[in-house]
Amino acid sequence: MTGAFRNVVGDKTYRFDDLRTLMAKATPARSGDRLAGLSAENAEERAVAQITLADVPLKRFLEDLLIPYEDDEVTRLIVDGHDPDAFAPVASKTVGEFREWLLSDAADEAALARLRPGLTPEMVAAVSKIMRNQDLILVARKCRVVTKFRNTIGLEGRFSTRIQPNHPTDDVNGIAASILDGLLYGAGDAVIGINPATDNVQQAGRLSRMMAEIIDRYEIPTQSCVLTHVTNTLECIEAGAPVDLVFQSVGGTEATNSSFGFTLADLAEARDAALSLKRGTVGDNVMYFETGQGSSLSAEAHHGVDQQTCEARAYAVARHFDPLLVNTVVGFIGPEYLFDGHQIIRAGLEDHFCGKLLGVPMGCDVCYTNHAEADQNDMDNLMTLLGAAGCTFMMGIPGSDDIMLNYQTTSFHDALYLRKILGLKPAPEFDDWLRRMAIFRSGSGFSLFEGLPDGFSRSLEAVPEEA
Amino acid sequence: MDQEGKNGAGKNGAGEDGTITVRAASGEAARTGSVVENPWRRLRRFTDARIGLGRAGTSLPTREHLEFQLAHARARDAVHLPLDIDRLTAAMAKAPRIGELGDPVRLRSAVADRSEYLRRPDLGERLDEASKTALGTISAEGGIAIVIADGLSSFAIQENAVPFLSAFLDLWDREGLDLAIAPPVVVEQARVAIGDAVGEALKAKASIVLIGERPGLSSPDSLGIYFTWAPASGLTDSRRNCISNIRPAGLSFEEAARRTLYLLKEAAKIETSGVKLKDRSVAPEIGSDEREQSFLTGGRSDE
Repeated sequence: MTGAFRNVVGDKTYRFDDLRTLMAKATPARSGDRLAGLSAENAEERAVAQITLADVPLKRFLEDLLIPYEDDEVTRLIVDGHDPDAFAPVASKTVGEFREWLLSDAADEAALARLRPGLTPEMVAAVSKIMRNQDLILVARKCRVVTKFRNTIGLEGRFSTRIQPNHPTDDVNGIAASILDGLLYGAGDAVIGINPATDNVQQAGRLSRMMAEIIDRYEIPTQSCVLTHVTNTLECIEAGAPVDLVFQSVGGTEATNSSFGFTLADLAEARDAALSLKRGTVGDNVMYFETGQGSSLSAEAHHGVDQQTCEARAYAVARHFDPLLVNTVVGFIGPEYLFDGHQIIRAGLEDHFCGKLLGVPMGCDVCYTNHAEADQNDMDNLMTLLGAAGCTFMMGIPGSDDIMLNYQTTSFHDALYLRKILGLKPAPEFDDWLRRMAIFRSGSGFSLFEGLPDGFSRSLEAVPEEA
Repeated sequence: MDQEGKNGAGKNGAGEDGTITVRAASGEAARTGSVVENPWRRLRRFTDARIGLGRAGTSLPTREHLEFQLAHARARDAVHLPLDIDRLTAAMAKAPRIGELGDPVRLRSAVADRSEYLRRPDLGERLDEASKTALGTISAEGGIAIVIADGLSSFAIQENAVPFLSAFLDLWDREGLDLAIAPPVVVEQARVAIGDAVGEALKAKASIVLIGERPGLSSPDSLGIYFTWAPASGLTDSRRNCISNIRPAGLSFEEAARRTLYLLKEAAKIETSGVKLKDRSVAPEIGSDEREQSFLTGGRSDE
């Protein structure tokens, strides 16, 4: 089933050459699709495309593949993994009817979980394109994805944070200073994850050991990760480094992943290697993936598919490997893909919704670069909306300023703001640890002790007052 | 360096504005008004990261919040500030060794304005029609093209292009190759790949692009160097070598000049650049079995 779509509106006939074109033109406006020459000509064409898309049967996405099966291993993963029985409850619906079902009370936590193997990323992307922000929030909030390694992430009423202690020269004391800052502000239950400034196997091993020692020494119920290439991590594991989580940036097409220098087989091999270490205590989700709209276009690997649909396909890659965490780095790529705060906020909500509906533990790097038309207020808005949507985790960095990657993301203070206004606790094992260490005060709420907890004061006292 | 010192504001704990800092007994934190200060702030000697900011409730103290806004304002201004090309070329003419290269040629990319520059990276990689004509007046045949591009921070170019070029030419005079250097080219609203278009038009053997890098909060003035042997339109990043973070508080001009010359000499030997040219000018990495302990885990060998 292929072919063009027509829609007559007043005295005008709109034609969309194929499903891929219809999807792109129905996408809420963003600079990346315009750069790729895929977006609607004007606001009316976009609205008509959305009306047209709403009438497309979900079944059509199983037959009219946006990227051919024989050309792309991500398409093969999606098609081969599709479960017709799980799909049955919505198999007769159009995209528009699917939106209504998702919003209905019939789509509760259990029904949404059963549906997951029956959904493809293209169906999920399609319905997101005709949803308002409040729809994206409401439905995502009903999805529950729970994962485990040394703690339990994604439970109702919980919200986790990654400590991102980056340093421009990977100085161990500089990194440790940011880790301590984060822990003392109650952050770090999702992961302590470093983007290394020097990206090679030796450095990744060194940083893994350093974090493992901190986690052991203070008995922190969390996990570490060095965000280096999957092949580097595999070598680290083979060399005996204490690797908790395997990281990789993933995209939604085989060509994107090829530009990142890996295949799905590489991810499977690294996952097996990490599982063999048996370092998890309460579970064995050992993968950490990062994604972001625009990566396929940036790699000239998008096959004429809009950037949001490519992004949703990346979650199909992620879901295949049972990750602990998936993070959409929404504002990092720059204004040629997401121009301003308005587009970044929309994309963050879309990504979170699509990820959760497909069943991945979706978090968000709520962030922006200095050449984007965005500021801290936009980030306040996005993190608050994501908190309401039940987002799994976000980043935490001292004072929002990543001094290595030169962009702004959420701070340790930001996470405490969200906890206060939405009543969101950290992962239970980590929450207990924070209280045991006298970082959070016991009882309800999120008040911090004022002094330096005894458990850390000895380490700090060992640092001389002056350099 | 301490972030506050850099931004010209006061040191931790206030004092000069009349507020009183009370240090409580051991194990208790100091308070200044409603602000709980963090005793671990002194760990800033290890990092420029904004650690130990203190808190009002669990939110940022006013001073820290406003310091951040100032840093962001500076980074934003660095992106949108137009290159003062008259001031730049005047400074180049005045710098003795740069002036000898000949009058700079002023060009523009195919981008109309900053807003289009940010949306259309492809146009920033091409010259406009008038610039293609203007480029016909010079040649770098068999020699080196120096291309100065505003990129994402004209501020970086304004501050650091002349000192870097002076350092490079000093080194070149002592240790350079037997190659001519063409009059420098200055391109407004340009991306890195503009060096390919210019280098090809000038028939240059190599191009050296000086470009303003994406500004960070703590580094709005960061200059990048992109080096390409045998520049030609349509090359990808895999053919370029990059030297980043050149600025007074980052990589020094002398060190950047040394690495640039190194790349040039190595490229001349293998007649290409990019991924095939491994930069071994940087000190080798730390050995794989080295254990380095941070202050968080050091000093407990008894366990």
